Amino acid sequence: MVKLPDTPEHNRVKEFVSQFRGDKGSLIKALHFSQGVFGYLPPEIIEYIAQELEIPASHVYGVVSFYNFFRTEPMGEYEIRVCLGTACHVKGSKEVLETLCRKLGIKIGGTTKDGKFTVSTVRCVGACPLAPVMVIGKEVYGRLSPQKAWNIVRGYYEEERT
Amino acid sequence: MRHIRCHVLIGVDANSLLAGAKAVEQALIKELADKGLADEVQVIETGSLGPIGQGVILVVYPDAVAYANVTVDDVPEIVTEHLLKGRPVKRLQVPLAPEERVVEIKPTGLVKKPQPRVVLQNCGVIDPESLEEAIAAGDYQALVKVIEEGMSPKDVMEEVTKSGLRGRGGAGFPTGKKWSFTAPGPQKYLICNADEGEPGTFKDRLILEGDPHRLIESMILAGYAIGATKGYIYIRGEYTLSIARISKAIEQAYRENLLGDNILDSGITFHLEIKKGAGAYVCGEETALIESIEGKRGQPRLKPPFPAVQGLWGKPTVVNNVETLSNIPPIILNGADWYRSFGTPTCPGTKVYTILGHIETPGLIEVEMGTTLRDIIFEYGGGIRKGKKFKGALVGGAAGAFLNESQLDVQMDYDSLKEYAAVLGSGAILVMDEETSVVSLLHSILSFFEHESCGQCTPCRMGTRSLLTIMERIVRGQGTEKDLDLLLQVSENMQVSSLCPLGQSPILPIKSALDYFRDEFLERVSGKWTEPPLQAHEEASQVG
Repeated sequence: MVKLPDTPEHNRVKEFVSQFRGDKGSLIKALHFSQGVFGYLPPEIIEYIAQELEIPASHVYGVVSFYNFFRTEPMGEYEIRVCLGTACHVKGSKEVLETLCRKLGIKIGGTTKDGKFTVSTVRCVGACPLAPVMVIGKEVYGRLSPQKAWNIVRGYYEEERT
Repeated sequence: MRHIRCHVLIGVDANSLLAGAKAVEQALIKELADKGLADEVQVIETGSLGPIGQGVILVVYPDAVAYANVTVDDVPEIVTEHLLKGRPVKRLQVPLAPEERVVEIKPTGLVKKPQPRVVLQNCGVIDPESLEEAIAAGDYQALVKVIEEGMSPKDVMEEVTKSGLRGRGGAGFPTGKKWSFTAPGPQKYLICNADEGEPGTFKDRLILEGDPHRLIESMILAGYAIGATKGYIYIRGEYTLSIARISKAIEQAYRENLLGDNILDSGITFHLEIKKGAGAYVCGEETALIESIEGKRGQPRLKPPFPAVQGLWGKPTVVNNVETLSNIPPIILNGADWYRSFGTPTCPGTKVYTILGHIETPGLIEVEMGTTLRDIIFEYGGGIRKGKKFKGALVGGAAGAFLNESQLDVQMDYDSLKEYAAVLGSGAILVMDEETSVVSLLHSILSFFEHESCGQCTPCRMGTRSLLTIMERIVRGQGTEKDLDLLLQVSENMQVSSLCPLGQSPILPIKSALDYFRDEFLERVSGKWTEPPLQAHEEASQVG
């Protein structure tokens, strides 16, 4: 029996999931909601949902890993999405990606220790004339060089200090 | 007193949002208030106005003046000069062609050539968040006709069968026939497939964002015809704006008893629910989609049994594409004969395309079935960008085929394209100019398939991986001519042995690329190929 702690976040999940007790068809809905609350799907949430919807936890893990949208690792405050689409690829987005990962000390999909940034890749953001492109939060940055990209990311730290 | 003398439509879709549509809208509203025009000029958020890649687009009525690439800084000028003094800002103005509309003729849409708009009739014209505007523009009229004239479910189905409407999701199966296969039973389901994942395709998204009530009406009618009282819209999780708009529309429809039990006292019952996807291309396949709605991994089922017999929760189910469904209200309202006046005898009606790539006016168009590729590119799309030469086009998305210059006059419909081993598919047309590399485009397509293979059946799981490995060799200039045959051989094997269209499709782009652009591949595997300087590919394609 999984019991969730009594925090506002956990209570929101409990309240939402309780509407669908035993309803296997609502699994993806429950996962969407929970990820919306926590930013990712921690193990206790996955097991809680499995228990409430009466689905084996292994099955829930199977669903979580199948869909691109769900993640089991916490996300940084900002997600840096580097475009690897064709246009960005030929304009050197790989170097941009490698530089950011190296400077931040993380792998693709990883999050910095301070929880500030997660680096991920995206196939095409439809801003090909601006290639290479990265998206941080809702901001699109184009015509990048590795150095320019790193300066932008560094700017996020400086913004915080001021 | 509020007396609106002027409307400003602002096209809000995912593309214009990136270009800052929301900020422009807010600036506009504020500027109007500052100038004391808030009671005279109304700002209306509408769906896509057609073209993309031209930033934020505004259309001012009744003047019928369109502006493109509008930024926040342009707002004061537009308000002072145009809305206050009545002098359009020439600097930002773009031509606005009169468009032939089905119901009435009204200048709208920034198109090069008039389009017969059946599906997109209200897209970019109404405020998609207003039920009143949707009704005023003709939504729910077909439903009222069915109720008032006492049309039976069989009548509705017959009208659709007679219209010759074919599925717009890609396969082109006759919709009436698909409906008629639905097995009898007390509980049936209707599913709208809005899991639009084909690269370069976003027509369904713009329909959902532009006229959500049309889809709701069409689902009530389809549900009535097949005897389903419950419908689902399975929509890509990435489509946040579509989800928001369709949710709001459903809420409004329930409030006015256009959804729910005993709709408008007619005895018709229909309930509608949204199911959000979570990012898996394969879920566009109907049985994978059903699995996903059931809360499972989206892996395709073995057919038969077909969904019409055993679909969602084992019950008879019909899965139709957004565009297919959106054709139904006008068919019911105007009759099958009217519908057949568009398109070709075997493929009646219109088709919505997204044209992208190296084209003057990329965006969304709706044209008659059977329109030639040449007309679509050069008449409706304005031709190749920067006066360059046409090299070829990828038609139908990643699971589509390449066509080259000699096929420009092919009629775009299901049957004519079949003769060229091509498909209409999702309606994505990616236009390539003379500088585009088909080799890198194919590489991008094959890496897409490799990433999206669901892993359930071996031919697809292993096949997509081998195709990518071979292709990577070719792209780097390390392949041999034998590798070209190997690509064909592997994809042929996949075509005959894979469970679903994902594994069956790679043959289409591979074979057509090798058939029509073989020289480019031969050059790449000649052993003499070296990587060109990056500038040569300044604006590569948008797929991938």
